[in-house]
Amino acid sequence: MSRSQQRRSIPTGGSRRRFLKQLGASGVLLGPGSGLLAACATGGGDDDDDDRQTGEVTEQNPFGMPEDGEIEIWIFDGGFTDRYAVELHQPILKQRWPNVQIDHHAAVDIGAELQARFVAGDPPDFVNNSGDGQMDTAQLVADGQLHDLSALFDAPSWDDPSVKVRDTLVPGTIELGTFDGTPYVLNYAFTVFGLWYNKTLFDEHGWTPPRTWDEMLALCAEIQSAGIAPWTYQGVTAPRYMNWPLLTMAAKQAGPQILVPIDNLEEGAWKQDAILQSAEAIYRLAENGYFMEGTEGMEFRDAQAAWARGEAAIIPSGSWLENEEADAIAEDPTFEMAYMLEPLLTEDAVMPYETLRATPGEPYFIPADAKNPAGGMEYMRAMLSKEGARGFTEMVSSLTSVLGAADDVELDAPGLNSAKQAFSAAGENVINWFYPTWYPTMENPGIDQATGKLLKADINPEQWAEECEAVTRQIREDDSIPKQTRS
Amino acid sequence: MRHGKYPFILAFLLPGVLIYGVFMVSPYIQAIALSFTDWSGYAKTQTFIGVDNYRRLLDDPQLLTAFRNNVILLVVVPLVTVVLGLFLASMLNVGGRRRGSAVAGVRGSAIYRVVYFFPQVLSVAIVAVVFKYVFSPSNAGGILNSVLEAIGLDSLARPWLGEPRALIWIIVIVMIWSFAGFYVVLFSAAMQAIPRDIYEAALLDGSSRFTTFRKITLPLVWDTVQVGWVYLAIQAMDGFALVHIIFGINGGPEGQGDVLGVAVYRAAFQQTDYGYAAAIGVLLLALTMVLALVSMRALRRERVELA
Repeated sequence: MSRSQQRRSIPTGGSRRRFLKQLGASGVLLGPGSGLLAACATGGGDDDDDDRQTGEVTEQNPFGMPEDGEIEIWIFDGGFTDRYAVELHQPILKQRWPNVQIDHHAAVDIGAELQARFVAGDPPDFVNNSGDGQMDTAQLVADGQLHDLSALFDAPSWDDPSVKVRDTLVPGTIELGTFDGTPYVLNYAFTVFGLWYNKTLFDEHGWTPPRTWDEMLALCAEIQSAGIAPWTYQGVTAPRYMNWPLLTMAAKQAGPQILVPIDNLEEGAWKQDAILQSAEAIYRLAENGYFMEGTEGMEFRDAQAAWARGEAAIIPSGSWLENEEADAIAEDPTFEMAYMLEPLLTEDAVMPYETLRATPGEPYFIPADAKNPAGGMEYMRAMLSKEGARGFTEMVSSLTSVLGAADDVELDAPGLNSAKQAFSAAGENVINWFYPTWYPTMENPGIDQATGKLLKADINPEQWAEECEAVTRQIREDDSIPKQTRS
Repeated sequence: MRHGKYPFILAFLLPGVLIYGVFMVSPYIQAIALSFTDWSGYAKTQTFIGVDNYRRLLDDPQLLTAFRNNVILLVVVPLVTVVLGLFLASMLNVGGRRRGSAVAGVRGSAIYRVVYFFPQVLSVAIVAVVFKYVFSPSNAGGILNSVLEAIGLDSLARPWLGEPRALIWIIVIVMIWSFAGFYVVLFSAAMQAIPRDIYEAALLDGSSRFTTFRKITLPLVWDTVQVGWVYLAIQAMDGFALVHIIFGINGGPEGQGDVLGVAVYRAAFQQTDYGYAAAIGVLLLALTMVLALVSMRALRRERVELA
């Protein structure tokens, strides 16, 4: 294409066919375009570690982070916002490593921001994989996209070099982020699950948290006769929240081992006696009309707000509830919420009444292809310092997986404070199950939909167990889903 | 001399072809290629697995639900919307009888014209959020149930969003509500292009309003109806945003409000199974193309020259 040719007047004549032919012949011209095509979504990146930053390993610097390097950090901007990272954790790190540069990012949709970078082999150094846009951790592990965190947990802790990071954590923290024996995910926030009740209402009427399910049913009758709905749950959005008391009560009844076959996708896992017994108990609530009217057609936030307004007395949730409904709670200054343990199904339950479900949550990981993985781990080590953990609890009203970090913290939030006390009282009797982490689609939509029907009394506990079995079978037989087991 | 024109033409065409190729053709081709792989969405490599994804499509009961819902949307939404649009447009333009002019709209048609167009101005996200509250239980601000209770029809009130069988019909209603206004305007424009003297002649012959509509208005706006129909059918094939916002990613209780668009999204972003998502996408593409071809053929009719 020379200049002289372009200056000519627009030529007339010549058939379109001939033009297309010529266009085809000049396929070379499409060259750069086809190159682009190949580089699009699935073009892929090569695995080159040439640009990996490293520094010298010392006692102070256990991962050999470059002391003047840059750490690219992505924080989920959700319920906790990213203030804790900017105002708390990053200053702690900068104090020890003044020359380290932090490239901070906050995002609401983590997956949308970062997925393409994982595929291209150019991910950041540290990711808070949380929120609606959360990436499937098990899949990332299966695709070899995550960095092994063993070095972090074996490193000396930030505050006391004689104690390993591993030994500063609440038991169960590392296990939840472990896939096939290798820890890949640090779960930092600590969540206590259970029932939450309107303490103001309870005090007013002289009600007390029931110890057994029979007492619970008697209490429900009393609450109902006072013109208040005894229970509500997260409505059409998440009936699965009711699975939590269901499985917790079953485990209290028959011991934590009954959760193992469920996690291992064994046949008949959902038909174990205690599971059916617990489903029967929950079903009783539906049969007796103890759920707030309209719950099954509500958005979860509407149901929770109705509970905060005193229209229902009891709701299942994790300890984030107080933070999530802060606005609705603030409407009524007299409202006080408190934590309630799931009642025992019968007095001859295997585990004590104080047993509760608590789980490490809020996952953080380091991509396998990160340029500065050592920097990412050093950042995690700083987060797991006493100061970092206590500050987190104070700032966002959530417990952390650092042992004893919040012991001397007096929480302003009465709900969380009551959960903290229950957690201390539980001692060793803390249970958890893993299938929602391992197989997210089994929990939702799978079990979620079955439980939704149970709560509407559309199906009975036997049919519910049958549907849960079908969901489990589907997961078990789907070869595209990477499997985990535990004992 | 002559050969110099091609570089000139190419200079104009190439940028467009390139952009179209990179942003339109290439994603289609890549999606079709992906549908034969087991790509997770994160992995740097992908394995060719033949037609396994398509085989899975066939025995996925949830996909059948989504497909059934798409068919319901496809049949009901265009039909009702076109009928409603034609009715309202003819009322606005030729439905009235006024002294001094043979054809005019009903009284206040200027106001109606603006009001009908309102839903079109709202973004689909807003429409979805608003309608979520129309169908909520009354103690959560549900408008429909509150109205039913206010007029003494308590027995008809339902937790609509929790009724599996009601779900797809909620989407049908919301779609009709939000689409109708645009088609009223579209058909109005077509009707205004019809020469008035044709109507006058028909009136002199004693034609009734319905006959006038059937014998004059409808044939003369048929071209527009045809275009509108195809466009509506393609719009109704989507429904992604409405379903996703109103019912969530699983298509509501028991997945009964699911549509194919949401199934693609779920497979890709929730189940991190991009290969399968691409296979559903290819199915959706094929359906849409078949649909466009069929409707163009079925609705083909002789063009009427007005001049």
